[in-house]
Amino acid sequence: MTMRWSVSAVLAGWLALGAVAASAQDARLEAARKEGKVVWYTSLALSSAEKVAKLFEAAYPGIRVEVHRTGSQRILQRVMQELQANLKLADVIHTSDAGHFVLLKEKKLLMKYTPAGADAFPAGFKDRDGYYYGLRATVNVIAYNTKIVPAAEAPRTWKDLLDPKWKGKLVTAHPGYSGVIATHVLALVHLHGWDYFKQLAQNRPMLVQSAVDPSGVVASGERPVAVNGGDYTFYQVKKKGNPVEIVYPKEGVPLVVSPTAIAAFAPHPNAAKLFTDFTFGKDVQQVLADTEGLYTGHPGVRYPADKPKLGDLKLLPADPEELEKRNEEIKKRFVEFFGA
Amino acid sequence: MDRALPVWILAALALVVLMGLPLAWLGAMSVSGEGGATLAHYRQVFTDPPLQKALWNTVVLAFWVGLASLALGAPMAWLTARTDLPGRRLIRGLIMASFVTPPFLGAFAWVMLAGPNAGLLNKAWRALTGAGDPLVNIFSMPGLVFVVAIYTFPYVFIMIANTLELIASDLEEAAAILGASRFSVALTVTLPMVLPAIASGFILAVLQALALFGSPAILALPAGFHTITTQIWALFQYPPKVEMAAAFSVPLFLATALLLLVQKQVLGRRGYAAIGGKSGQRRRIALGPWRVPALAGCLAVMACSIFLPYGILAKAAVARAWAQPLTADNLTLANFALTFGHGGTRAAIVNTLELGVMTACVGAALAAVLAYVANRKLVPGHQFLTFLALAPVVVPGVVLAVALFVAYTRPPLMLYGSLAILFVAYLTKEMPVGYSQSDATFKGVHPELEEAGRILGAGRLRVLGEITAPLARSGIIATWCFIFIGVIRELSASIILFTPNTKVISVVIFDLKEEGQFGAIAVLGLFMLAMTFATVVLMQTVLGRDVFGARE
Repeated sequence: MTMRWSVSAVLAGWLALGAVAASAQDARLEAARKEGKVVWYTSLALSSAEKVAKLFEAAYPGIRVEVHRTGSQRILQRVMQELQANLKLADVIHTSDAGHFVLLKEKKLLMKYTPAGADAFPAGFKDRDGYYYGLRATVNVIAYNTKIVPAAEAPRTWKDLLDPKWKGKLVTAHPGYSGVIATHVLALVHLHGWDYFKQLAQNRPMLVQSAVDPSGVVASGERPVAVNGGDYTFYQVKKKGNPVEIVYPKEGVPLVVSPTAIAAFAPHPNAAKLFTDFTFGKDVQQVLADTEGLYTGHPGVRYPADKPKLGDLKLLPADPEELEKRNEEIKKRFVEFFGA
Repeated sequence: MDRALPVWILAALALVVLMGLPLAWLGAMSVSGEGGATLAHYRQVFTDPPLQKALWNTVVLAFWVGLASLALGAPMAWLTARTDLPGRRLIRGLIMASFVTPPFLGAFAWVMLAGPNAGLLNKAWRALTGAGDPLVNIFSMPGLVFVVAIYTFPYVFIMIANTLELIASDLEEAAAILGASRFSVALTVTLPMVLPAIASGFILAVLQALALFGSPAILALPAGFHTITTQIWALFQYPPKVEMAAAFSVPLFLATALLLLVQKQVLGRRGYAAIGGKSGQRRRIALGPWRVPALAGCLAVMACSIFLPYGILAKAAVARAWAQPLTADNLTLANFALTFGHGGTRAAIVNTLELGVMTACVGAALAAVLAYVANRKLVPGHQFLTFLALAPVVVPGVVLAVALFVAYTRPPLMLYGSLAILFVAYLTKEMPVGYSQSDATFKGVHPELEEAGRILGAGRLRVLGEITAPLARSGIIATWCFIFIGVIRELSASIILFTPNTKVISVVIFDLKEEGQFGAIAVLGLFMLAMTFATVVLMQTVLGRDVFGARE
């Protein structure tokens, strides 16, 4: 505990020094301090989001980060429901459903802003109009509990999961809650068609909501095999000593780039910009890669040796525009097949 | 002319607005279409297969919960009220504890206890028997019925136990003298006398099951089925279908109203002269050799609703992995750090307490004034006041939330986004409880003292403040506690009405649940239980009686 505290204190102090030197003349910092806080609607797992928030607060004392963590689809729901009642609460919006940002941009709800350094990110991480940028990325994978499933019998491909021997042994997260899963469903529909999900439903998987949750379900052994979920969540539970193994199916893994944008109506615009720049900085991006097991678009980030390189994987990217257009269809058909 | 009349009228008006506005909006919204009024939403509600399925699931759930609650509550009421069961007070206390336990916490605990594979009971079962199949699968309709019933049966218990305590033993003794066995006495003499209470308890249990949101969300959704409440909530997902949600709320509302009407009929016809407050003695029936098995049975039920769930919550709160044994390296304080280190949690605790205290104060005061006005017949149409104050019983939390959302997201009253909308929701929802408590209190305060004060020249308000209120003090405190306990556990309305800066504890727990953060939920759940029990203890100390009304 003390050890971790001191490490993060040193790291934070170090970040603060760099930040102060770089922006000594920055009037924006002063303005951000006056605003006093930044409200972050995020779908990043709560523990990870809190970590980023604490780093920021240590780097910029006096500016609080209000973390509101829930599923991607819930975030969109909250934003729209609040706007309908003319409530302008969110500063920074971060979900794993790139389609949301197409919609929000179209409705003129996003501020045009390029985070410092984001220019150097690869194409898949950047909106061509400059409204949103990928803060992090993950791939959807299969994972299994090694205490229950021997490695030789573990599913290796998405199609393996259709085998009736997995009946009652699977868990899936929900595209009606999670953007990671909505992206996953679209990618696999392209790969194997809706029929794949119809057949998968025959194996009666347990339905959880968040793409974070399957990792916990598999780790506890409640269901031995997860049919989707961000690889970083499985990586984290594995690191904690749980008997979990990750499979990157050869047919390809759906790549989920989770964008961030500042709301056009942000009540704390300066703090929002400061925070966004901070999260796209090398240091936070490196933390996301190291302790959270995420991929990022930052060219300078190094990844843990025990994670496959993004370049070595066969990636199944999703088109944000299509994700936006087919959002309703994805949720509706999923519910139709899986019941709720 | 009574100078205090404006006060009475104001209180009455507040009630009318509180109840009338949202319900009117709900009705209007359910028939609103782009081109004027339409019944299209209703048509869709009754023809869309997924919605129909949700309706049917709710009927099945409510019916079986009613029956199961009877099966648990009736025997336990008889045992504690009429027999020499050992540990009667303990059992009563435990049933009271399950009465105040938030059902969604129980449901969450049972996920850890009886998840088909990782659930600790199923693991133990497999280890003992070598069986491959689980003993219980909590993610199923029977599982859901079970978990809801173990927190709903106290309603049946209260109804029946209170009736049984009023029945004299002479009829039962007559039957016994004529040679009937103990159990045929119970079946042929006692049972018919408590039949109205049984019917009424059944209906209460059904109503609870109809309105519940948390337990189905935790147990039914993973199994791939919806109930009405979870479906209404799902209709709020983007793009929101508020009109559909409104239309779907109306059947739930009507079913509830109908059931209450039936209950009133059943209770109203209770013409059994044998039941009276002052007739003969009540002797406890000797259970003989059945004492120990009967106690064991009661304790088994309490193990399901209290011991096991509380135990697993405590374990999950301090464990890294709840499914693993609690060894030294599985112990952690990290769950506490995550829970209380999260700014959202701290804000939610403050919000919850603020709302709890505010609602309890205003609610207890308003209920007291209304009950006083109705009891002393101070305004014309006071019967209507009683009706209005009790009316929210027919509005399930989710339906109320839809109605309030529709009513208060537009001018003139833009309450959505502030604590005010939650305050209004809680105040409305708790009004029936508060009113019945206050009503009972004022029925117990004879008007003669007030009349003495009036004769000596004091106005109504002064009499109320200086004579009646002090006499009714403990009753009002009890009302306060009841409302407070009801508010801090509220989920079904909050889940639709919250905004980021108005989150309450139950909503944070629900968010954590969707992310699968078992440890943090356990910590927060225990915190919530501690607050609840502190209030219960406070109430018992002040009143010298338990929440069911039994004096020590």
